[in-house]
Amino acid sequence: MQTLLRTPLYDRHVQLGARLVPFAGWEMPVQYEGVIPEHLAVRRDCGVFDVSHMGELEVEGPNARGFLQSLLSNDIDRIGPGKAQYTLLTNEEGGIVDDLIVYERDVERFLLIVNASNRETDLAWLREREIPGAAVRDVSHDYALLAVQGPLSLDRLGLPDAPAFTFADGEIDGIACTVNRTGYTGELGCELLVDADEGGELWDRVLARGAVPCGLGARDTLRLEVCYPLHGNDIGPDTDAISAGLGWVCALDKDFTGVEELRRIKEAGPERRLAAFVMEQPGIPRQGMAIAEGGEVTSGSHSPVLERGIGMGYVPAALAQPGSELTIDVRGRPRRARVVKKPIYSREEQDGG
Amino acid sequence: MAAERNPDDLRYHPEHDWARIDGDEATFGVTWFAQDALGELVHFEPPEEGTTVTAGQPYAEVESVKAVSDVVAPLSGEIVEINRSLVDAPETVNSDPYGEGWIVRVRLSDPSEAESLMDAEAYERYLAEQG
Repeated sequence: MQTLLRTPLYDRHVQLGARLVPFAGWEMPVQYEGVIPEHLAVRRDCGVFDVSHMGELEVEGPNARGFLQSLLSNDIDRIGPGKAQYTLLTNEEGGIVDDLIVYERDVERFLLIVNASNRETDLAWLREREIPGAAVRDVSHDYALLAVQGPLSLDRLGLPDAPAFTFADGEIDGIACTVNRTGYTGELGCELLVDADEGGELWDRVLARGAVPCGLGARDTLRLEVCYPLHGNDIGPDTDAISAGLGWVCALDKDFTGVEELRRIKEAGPERRLAAFVMEQPGIPRQGMAIAEGGEVTSGSHSPVLERGIGMGYVPAALAQPGSELTIDVRGRPRRARVVKKPIYSREEQDGG
Repeated sequence: MAAERNPDDLRYHPEHDWARIDGDEATFGVTWFAQDALGELVHFEPPEEGTTVTAGQPYAEVESVKAVSDVVAPLSGEIVEINRSLVDAPETVNSDPYGEGWIVRVRLSDPSEAESLMDAEAYERYLAEQG
């Protein structure tokens, strides 16, 4: 049996009575009090997630920028020091090796925060293509990462608002950390990158400030409501960015791995598209369920905010338009769903803005 | 872990289902352990009334946010009543698994099957062994 890795916060999860599950080689909390109350805490107030299992890869040197520009889909020249960018690591076929956020620490030093399940793949991918003047290092075990998310998150932490996708050095009650204005929930919030051995102290202070501890269960339902794709479910090496609706993070006017194939797909129009849908009949869509009109569900769950089944899946492009009717095969029972505009849930729309 | 006591007047199936036997009829539900393992239920897929159920076989589905689970019949018979309130409020199974969270009433085809089920004490021993 393979030993599961534990984050610096493991003992605290146990103390809080978390239900721990294996995830990407880590023993992680899937829930504390329950997925639904945790989900609603993030939508209405403030929740904190231990996401220390995510990978951190550092790329440093005079050629670091050019190296990343040739491998990542988004245009890294559009950011500068203190700025972050959502981007894709693509393969020659235009498929998605991983989706990640790149942080420009200074002009010659970048941090990539990557999916836990892809850390080794990404590292190998970068190392195989490494060039002089761009050194790649896995620094994952140096850090703990806490995602503090929700409309009151910054207030509760006593942090000033800052534009999304920026980051700066900061501190919470004397614990130094990097405050990244990023997240995976569709809410206001930040991700706190902290030295691994101070992660526990930071967690305690964030909880003391009123954040509700949240597990990976709520993290998944939150990201699905706002239609953030999950690598391994909705996107992967065999799905391209255009069909996945991620053309907006692909700078097709520059050169990067797979760009020619992506240009071709965009020009021809993808045959299928990743659509979001809401169930109109009882039943909860789950990953792998067939869609009668073609395709299958790549992510599905109960939406705690809408209180009905929601999901995403690749469907024939003509059916990806909002309003199209789909039929989901819920364990032999055909159940009607309707394609909706992404995201399924939007904070701005709820605010009336 | 906090656990509710399993009532003494019920019989228990190893798949964490209970039966309250009343002559040749019985009420079925899932145990406190089952609902706790599943987490808050968000969907109940009821069976059809008049359906025949077989001991040890699934007859309904319950779902939490994360997962779907079959509900297994502890005894065989014909469904005579379904707890329709669970369609709108499946979380009742969490809050009151041995009361308002009952699932179906069944006319038993072979009441002697009950001898193969566990009493509360045996079920609690079984839970402890599952550890």
